[in-house]
Amino acid sequence: MALDRLTGENSLLFIRSEQLFDLARTNSLWYISFGIACCAIEGLMSASGPRFDFDRSGVFFRNSPRQADVMIVAGTVNVKMADTVRRLYEQMPEPRWVVAMGACASTGGPFREYPNVVMGVDKVIPVDVYIPGCPPRPESVQYAFIELRKKIRAKTEERLAARRERD
Amino acid sequence: MSDARDDIVTVGLLAEGMHDPGVPPAGIRRAPTGVDDLATEHLIVNMGPQHPSTHGVLRMLVELDGEEVKNAEVTLGYLHRGIEKLAEHRRFDALGTLMDRGDYVSGIMGETAVALAVEQLMEIEVPRRARWIRVMMAELNRIATHLLWYGTMGLDTGAMGPFLYAMRDRESLLDILEAVSGARMMFNYVRPGGVVADLPVSIEAKIREFCDAFDTYVDEHDAILAGNEIFQARLDGIGVIDAEMALAFGLTGPNLRASGVDFDLRKRRPYDAYDEMIFDVPLGVTGDAMDRFSVRMEEMRQSSRIIRQCIEGMPEGGYTAKVPKVLKPPAGEVYASVESARGEVGIHLVTDGGTSPYRMHYHGPSLYALQALEDLMPGYLLADGCIMIGSADIMLGEVDR
Repeated sequence: MALDRLTGENSLLFIRSEQLFDLARTNSLWYISFGIACCAIEGLMSASGPRFDFDRSGVFFRNSPRQADVMIVAGTVNVKMADTVRRLYEQMPEPRWVVAMGACASTGGPFREYPNVVMGVDKVIPVDVYIPGCPPRPESVQYAFIELRKKIRAKTEERLAARRERD
Repeated sequence: MSDARDDIVTVGLLAEGMHDPGVPPAGIRRAPTGVDDLATEHLIVNMGPQHPSTHGVLRMLVELDGEEVKNAEVTLGYLHRGIEKLAEHRRFDALGTLMDRGDYVSGIMGETAVALAVEQLMEIEVPRRARWIRVMMAELNRIATHLLWYGTMGLDTGAMGPFLYAMRDRESLLDILEAVSGARMMFNYVRPGGVVADLPVSIEAKIREFCDAFDTYVDEHDAILAGNEIFQARLDGIGVIDAEMALAFGLTGPNLRASGVDFDLRKRRPYDAYDEMIFDVPLGVTGDAMDRFSVRMEEMRQSSRIIRQCIEGMPEGGYTAKVPKVLKPPAGEVYASVESARGEVGIHLVTDGGTSPYRMHYHGPSLYALQALEDLMPGYLLADGCIMIGSADIMLGEVDR
């Protein structure tokens, strides 16, 4: 969607409301600042730092789950923490997405042999994008957000295609 | 502290001598009271584990009277992932990977502690060059750690700018660490016997460039926060830990030195090549949050000084001693400790002659700083409590282990 070509004088934009919402959503994916462990330094702090500057692509941190769209699970989730992760997820307004950052959040990582560690946060909440690495570089997190955008848009397009077929 | 109360007098709440809140103890700022005739209740607020100023997953139950903290209780265990237990199933050269993830911002120091313990057990003589590389990497890492603390300290006091400046410098530092070790955070660079690889060519120029830039930047950092009147007012006299209390709680590192106790393992029990380095140990006077701030800022300058000495006089030679592929230390017990960015990181190894330790204890300094917070916070405002958490520089990965 090249909006800049459409914004002239007397220009009209015909767009389905779902696609319009998607446009807004995909360009302002605010994540909840909830760093659990090591990955938080890379995925939340370096990411909002000047070099990677996620802010320029509309990805910015919010301190309250009620204002957030995305949850980056950055770190090892253990049994005690799992309840909190679940509660925070439920406090987020829909539509909401989850990025499992790093080996720990994806599978338990180097700590998976320890019984207290949950083997991947997908045992607790649904996950949309997994990022491998221990810890992943901020560039990987950027890539994850690109993939997440594709995923958000694909859902609407699927729905529209199904509707076209039905009609 | 008097301003707020003066305001109340002028609006007449205290005008007729109905109530005298009394003079608060020196150094303690109270929320203005004067409505004690009303029936009030203490409010218990749950702070964390998701809270922007708890630096990770710290959870505190805070009992509040208005805005004044009456009681604070720390709940731990939200990041407990069994580093000590898992170490019993790791080979000795792989213990560093776990230590990296313990105190995840200053990985080199943790790795060094494990490597020193294994070397002491096996009586390995580390080449001089390897010891110098370790010192240089540790000091680079110390600056990176302190920069992150500096940035979050700014965030805790409501300043976003310093964080961005700190991250700018931290990124150029991470570039150097990455060029040497191959990773931005989890280095796994220091191994028993030395380091895993020699310094890459022309890294000296890069490091010198960084030091030159950083020496001016650090004054800038200092001026941005410490030169700010609001910042001073928020830190002065907050969270005073005197020397006696600091020792009683077992604090180490900058938190202890801010209280005026001259204890730095790099000087007291020199490991690696610290006995060859010339540097000063900054000390605080009163032990309040401002002192802890100043001590860390000065430590960054001293680290830069050590790094310069390292690149000037880096000795030639091998980067690792001859060690067997599978390390098998004899049965025994050893305690090795290093001065990490947060204090004394100690490793107590018990071995039974196998390829992995029988028991490893990881002594992290943050746990002790956290225990002191419970005693410090009552009597202060809740916002001051956040300053205390920030100035104590707690790393939850190290607390829960």
